[in-house]
Amino acid sequence: MNGQGDAMRDVATDEGYVTADGRKIGGVAMEMRNITLRFGGVVAIKDISFDIRWGEIRAIIGPNGAGKSSMLNVISGFYHPQEGDVIFKGYKRPKMRPYQVARMGIARTFQNIALFEGMSVLDNIMTGRLHHMKANLFQQAMWWGSAQREEDANREQVEKIIDFLEIQHIRKTPVARLPYGLKKRVELARALAAEPSILLLDEPMAGMNVEEKEDMSRFILDVNDEFGTTTVLIEHDMGVVMDLSDRVVVMDYGKKIGDGTPEEVRNNEDVIKAYLGVAHE
Amino acid sequence: MSTTAITSQSLDDLTSIPALLARNAKRFGIQTAYREKEFGIWQSWTWAQTLDEVRAMALGFLVLGMKRGDYVAIIGRNRPALYWSMVAAQSVGAIPVPLYQDAVAEEMAYVLDHCGARFVVCGDQEQVDKVLEVQETVPCIEEILYLDKRGMRKYDHTHMNWLQDAMREGRAAQTRLGAELDRRTAELTLDHTCVMLYTSGTTGKPKGVVLSNRNIIVTSKNSSEFDRLRPGDEILAYLPMAWVGDFIFAIGQAYWTGFCVNCPESAQTMLTDLREIGPTYYFAPPRVFETMLTTVMIRMEDASPIKRRIFNHFMEFARGVGPRLLDGKPVSAGDKLKYALGNLLVYGPLKDTLGLRRIRVAYTAGEAIGPEIFDFYRALGINLKQLYGQTEASVFITQQPDGEVRSDTVGVPSPGVEVRIAENGEVFYRSPGTFESYYKNAESTASTKDPEGWVATGDAGFFEEATGHLRIIDRAKDVGKMADGGMFAPKYVENKLKFYPNILESVVFGNNRDRCVAFINIDLGAVGSWAERNNIAYSSYQELTSLKPVLDTIQEHVETVNESVAQDDMLSGCQIHRFLVLHKELDADDGEMTRTRKVRRRIVEEKFADLIDALYSERTSIYTETEVTYEDGRKGKLAATLEIRDAKVFGQVATKVAAE
Repeated sequence: MNGQGDAMRDVATDEGYVTADGRKIGGVAMEMRNITLRFGGVVAIKDISFDIRWGEIRAIIGPNGAGKSSMLNVISGFYHPQEGDVIFKGYKRPKMRPYQVARMGIARTFQNIALFEGMSVLDNIMTGRLHHMKANLFQQAMWWGSAQREEDANREQVEKIIDFLEIQHIRKTPVARLPYGLKKRVELARALAAEPSILLLDEPMAGMNVEEKEDMSRFILDVNDEFGTTTVLIEHDMGVVMDLSDRVVVMDYGKKIGDGTPEEVRNNEDVIKAYLGVAHE
Repeated sequence: MSTTAITSQSLDDLTSIPALLARNAKRFGIQTAYREKEFGIWQSWTWAQTLDEVRAMALGFLVLGMKRGDYVAIIGRNRPALYWSMVAAQSVGAIPVPLYQDAVAEEMAYVLDHCGARFVVCGDQEQVDKVLEVQETVPCIEEILYLDKRGMRKYDHTHMNWLQDAMREGRAAQTRLGAELDRRTAELTLDHTCVMLYTSGTTGKPKGVVLSNRNIIVTSKNSSEFDRLRPGDEILAYLPMAWVGDFIFAIGQAYWTGFCVNCPESAQTMLTDLREIGPTYYFAPPRVFETMLTTVMIRMEDASPIKRRIFNHFMEFARGVGPRLLDGKPVSAGDKLKYALGNLLVYGPLKDTLGLRRIRVAYTAGEAIGPEIFDFYRALGINLKQLYGQTEASVFITQQPDGEVRSDTVGVPSPGVEVRIAENGEVFYRSPGTFESYYKNAESTASTKDPEGWVATGDAGFFEEATGHLRIIDRAKDVGKMADGGMFAPKYVENKLKFYPNILESVVFGNNRDRCVAFINIDLGAVGSWAERNNIAYSSYQELTSLKPVLDTIQEHVETVNESVAQDDMLSGCQIHRFLVLHKELDADDGEMTRTRKVRRRIVEEKFADLIDALYSERTSIYTETEVTYEDGRKGKLAATLEIRDAKVFGQVATKVAAE
């Protein structure tokens, strides 16, 4: 990694907690400090602070245009906030390109599927392993030396993910031929292939039917459970969010209006107002 | 008979599956016994490795306190480790009870409670969850083992083990428990129970069929020799482990012969795995062959015209020559040459695509297979045969020997099996494979198996005099008599009708009547697409059923069926004299069918009594109103005027009717 800039050591305030179902949640993995993001005159995110702990499933919810996706893009390093800091693993993260962020162990899926349509499922997932390949162009082109060994090792990892997400039957199928729900699953597989420590999911259930949603929920929980992957997700389906996540951030018009466990958020006056509207006097 | 009859003498020490395993490990040591595709690669185990794994598992079971005579339930998809767990259970003197993995918790509860299973081996979390749910009402379950670790970390493991952990503990306990295990394995005789299989039970509760080592081993020996199975053979194990066929093929015959069992990666990858393995010995129910053929035909429709023409030309040719070649009948040199060319261009590549190129023996059974479908595979040069069997017989009752294969018989009695036909046409058999008893159900045992060992199959059939082949016509309870004393076998005729893609379902009536009549249900998919292609407009299923061209086509089918039924002396009375096409599909929601899509004859008879009366009258049309249930549970009425048509009948019956 490149230099940490004006590294500022942040001391985790506590050592985490244990959830009701017995999962151990660790200390703070990433902290958003007073983030403000502007596009010209439009303020997308206004002075938002929250943290993400190791091992938790953290949801960001809010009505349309609340700034959720912008927030995710700040986390993924695609947008650079004009004000505020992103503290990752205790250090203030300098301005980075998205691929550098990816190398730090942050992987994501997209709201509109961004797969290589003409390539097979297997090849698509293999692209997720790109950061784990060191062989040079010549070696790869000649299929020689470390290129061969690397591909074997990476393929093994990819096969484990294929097995995990139960997509063996479409391994060799071109992505273009898959139904929507499976494409989403392939995208998740590709993100997982990078072996991320933080996984960002942008509306993983959008446009899915009930059965597909159930499958996806199960996979998100399993990923978190099995690999201990910290997961940040944006989702519209409130039922899903409340069931899946450990803590929820609620945004409205670029501001944070709530933060806490699903239970706390559900009873939060501001949140209710934002979602149900306010009665006009 | 005398050449194939087996005494326990000639089996030497091979009195149990674990004994066969020990022999195989010695004799075929480094040959592959199991393969399973995992992580995209076929992993394999030799016979020696298999013995090692099974032994570790058996020792692990001992560590957990498995006793002689314990029942061990096994639930999961076909995987080597689950097969091993059955053999491991046998090794310690316990009895494996494989269950259907798609059974709902309630059904599972009944079976687990009935056999009093102390141990349950599960494939994955899904099965464990079901067993835990069941455990609340079935207290006999003490230990749960599971194969797939995924998602299992959070569970209470006080009485739960990962199979690998149990095996590790077993290996560690080798010195302490090795002698005890050897002692228990050595105790097993031909009379010990080998396995207990629950019959699916279409009526009433499932029954536990107890099969002894003698049943399984002698049957496996006889049937392996019948088809000359050999150590290099390959099978794909993909049918439910709880089904007796899977136990015989993947354990009985595999251990007797020493051939290799391949387990697919998942249920959905079965066809890909089939192609990769290219089995030499294969079993599939007619449905699978049917689906395969449909897929081929659809893909040929999309092929370029020239390919399609080549395909059609050579398939047409093969239908005549292929089966003759298979049966070793004389074929002219020119035809042989042309078949060889066809093999190069069409049959070979097609068999390759289907994964059937290396097949020496393939079987289908369970229900009637359409002659068209059957002939298609035979024409390709695939040695597809039929057998007739049931759980109580350790599968084999009759089977077709090479060279005597036809789509309408189920073959001659298997080696060592005696078959007789009772007065009422019901088929009885007696064989070394005949089950010991129904577990904890002496009453059913007595009513199925008489003191001399004859077992009633519940099916009616007869032997063809010329060939000695058995033909099954119907369930015995559905077979009746015509008014003139002839045999009435509705299913026999219905099956012939259903082989037409246009006909979805048919119900034939005629018990105690002077002639047969039929209801026909057309297949909306097939007939609808036909109408579309021919620019025939229709707005509803009901309208489609009343179109003249549709009725004309159905009439043709009925008459062709009559012609073929007429060729059978015993059943020629079952020809259809009059028929109508029903204005609605028979539906489980309306109670006309079971959920497994079997027609409920009585209910249909009551519900459509007016239509049956009309069929037996002189009328040419009838107005009817039928109550239907919509998917949301609301009820409605469907009114229609149905046309009744006369069909041409053939042979003696025709003259008799004409004389009236």
